[in-house]
Amino acid sequence: MSLARAIPPAPSDDQRWQTVETRMRRLGNRPDALIEALHSAQQAFGYIDAAALRYIGETLAVPPSKVYGVATFYHYFTLKPHGAHTCVVCTGTACYINGAYDILATIKESLGVEPGQTTADGHLSLLTGRCFGSCSLAPAAIVDGEVKDRIVAADLVEQLEQLERLER
Amino acid sequence: MTDQLSQPKAAPEARPTFTRTDVIHSSPNPRASAYVCEAVSCLSTKAHQILTGLGAEVADAGLTDVSVKRVGCLGLCAAGPLVKIPETGQIFERVTPETLSPIVAALSAVRSDSQPVASAPFFARQVRIATENSGRIDPESLEDFVAAGGYAGLRRALTTMTPAEVRDELVKSGLRGRGGAGYPTGLKWNTVAKADGSPKYVICNADEGDPGAFMDRNILESDPHRVVEGMAIAAYAVGASAGYVYCRGEYPLVVSRIRKAIRDASRAGYLGASVMDTQFTFELDIRLGAGAYVCGEETALIASIEGGRGQPKPRPPYPAVAGLWGRPTLINNVETLANVAPIIRNGGDWFASIGTASSKGTKVFAIAGRVVNTGIVEIPMGTTLREIVFDIGGGIVDGKAFKAVQTGGPAGGCVPAAFLDMPVDYESLLGVGSFMGSGGMIVMDETSCMVNVAKFFMDFMREESCGKCVPCRVGTNQLWMMLEQMTTGQSTLDDLDRLEKLAGMVQRTSLCGLGQGAPNPIFSTIRHFRDEYVAHIVDRVCPAGVCTMSETAVPA
Repeated sequence: MSLARAIPPAPSDDQRWQTVETRMRRLGNRPDALIEALHSAQQAFGYIDAAALRYIGETLAVPPSKVYGVATFYHYFTLKPHGAHTCVVCTGTACYINGAYDILATIKESLGVEPGQTTADGHLSLLTGRCFGSCSLAPAAIVDGEVKDRIVAADLVEQLEQLERLER
Repeated sequence: MTDQLSQPKAAPEARPTFTRTDVIHSSPNPRASAYVCEAVSCLSTKAHQILTGLGAEVADAGLTDVSVKRVGCLGLCAAGPLVKIPETGQIFERVTPETLSPIVAALSAVRSDSQPVASAPFFARQVRIATENSGRIDPESLEDFVAAGGYAGLRRALTTMTPAEVRDELVKSGLRGRGGAGYPTGLKWNTVAKADGSPKYVICNADEGDPGAFMDRNILESDPHRVVEGMAIAAYAVGASAGYVYCRGEYPLVVSRIRKAIRDASRAGYLGASVMDTQFTFELDIRLGAGAYVCGEETALIASIEGGRGQPKPRPPYPAVAGLWGRPTLINNVETLANVAPIIRNGGDWFASIGTASSKGTKVFAIAGRVVNTGIVEIPMGTTLREIVFDIGGGIVDGKAFKAVQTGGPAGGCVPAAFLDMPVDYESLLGVGSFMGSGGMIVMDETSCMVNVAKFFMDFMREESCGKCVPCRVGTNQLWMMLEQMTTGQSTLDDLDRLEKLAGMVQRTSLCGLGQGAPNPIFSTIRHFRDEYVAHIVDRVCPAGVCTMSETAVPA
């Protein structure tokens, strides 16, 4: 094995690449750093695009097929950007028992968006999660990073409707 | 619609984020103290505002001999945010920034001879070993942990015991794996210790994937050093020099607290080279899971740490012989490791004196669902379900009728009312067609339809099947479709037989525990609630009123 493998430059001069680059270097740019690198890319950019996949693969000497395979195997990674706001409704067991699917149905009825979809105007993405561990406060959802507990469907829809319109 | 439910989990920007500053109103020898719970459940009910607000009010009231500090989980998550005054045992529930003055008044009233108030059954019934420090120490303070006896177990092991003596103590304790299967921990340690190969690894399985289970999250959030200490003792006992905590990516607070614990412990010489000035070396790091339930399986977890897809491999070889990078690897669950230091401190005989004949010690349960007191409890093995649901759990919400307790996660089963007086341990749960699992207990009342519950779990399993072996990949999907037909009234009684046959085939022929366990909810609900299946199929009625029947009975 040659000693000096060429490490590619970051796809752009966006500062956020530095955290990804640092994380990979700390782990010796070894192939087993793949999942950690994908985590840091998603944390920095919110999603992992094709350029990120290519850059990470080349840096860690992992073939594109494996990078793509790993990135799509794990539910946590997302390859496309979300809307301006996100609402993640928990569908874990405790939330299911306490009516999570009724909440999803109400949201669909009122806002016309199904789990996994983003509204046509890019305003809101509706996602589902398998248990955030907030079971004692079920049913739960996370709206823009903030945990909402003991949700009542109508109240949640009202909160979602009142989310600030963001330019995107 | 259900297809899309498998879409990404909480995206990073949707993660709960918490800003934490060490706002602690401290006093060197406090006359009274206020413990504010800062585990994730209370944090989501704005506990941090309570901590800062209470600190300010105590300062304003001039109470210089009172300390206010952040602690880990106080247990009764349903009533958060919680504040406890340990000197009197008073617990304040559902505290808001407007209701701080009674707490300040209670703090001023504490005298050195104050008698503790009698605690509610929720707290009084508990025996705390794995969670002994939860709600007592600041989870982010190494000093607090050491002051509470932390790292004494590691010191004892390193300075007074040989690795074989440590393993003997574990064998004597009778501790069994708390991740679900209940394999004897001491035996596992012995296998790894005797395996050839170097270096050896220790992995903490903190990929708590069972929906409805949050015990491990609470232990790691409330007392991260305890798990670090347990791993270091395990590493010494089996001859490992490196280790990983494999943690769910969905638990950002846990990740940050473990990272801090590892950093602080390394700096203080509890990790790294020459631990506590001995020859023992142990490097610890954290790896994040990324939302794959199957990664709770040992070989899939190892594949994930190695940076690949989390797909299981046939066993043997077991990880104890050929695990991470092909080396002998010890994998233990969070709660198992949390029990290690107390066993070394107090001896294996002490631990074995608690619990039942085959299941020693305590078990941490996460109680959720249709029950009043949801939260975390640690109780001796052998406590009955009735005590757990009605005494500790406070009974069913809205005065509804109890129907079943679901244990063991998606691969577990439902225990009906007839077995409420059964003492809970590994064997008794297996005997009624359920499974100990990691400790999630979901209480269900008359509003739950058991056929729908089986469908819910099968939906989970078919999404989480890694796709490697056919019985699991195709079988779980087929089972789900058959349940879908039953819940819409489009089945015949022959289909019920077919369902059981296929479930048996998936159970016998799948490669790993995910596929082998996936049919359990079907078996257990058919065994205990066959009448509900018959009602759906024959009468086309959902007794609980959950399922909606189709217009036509059976498709041609």
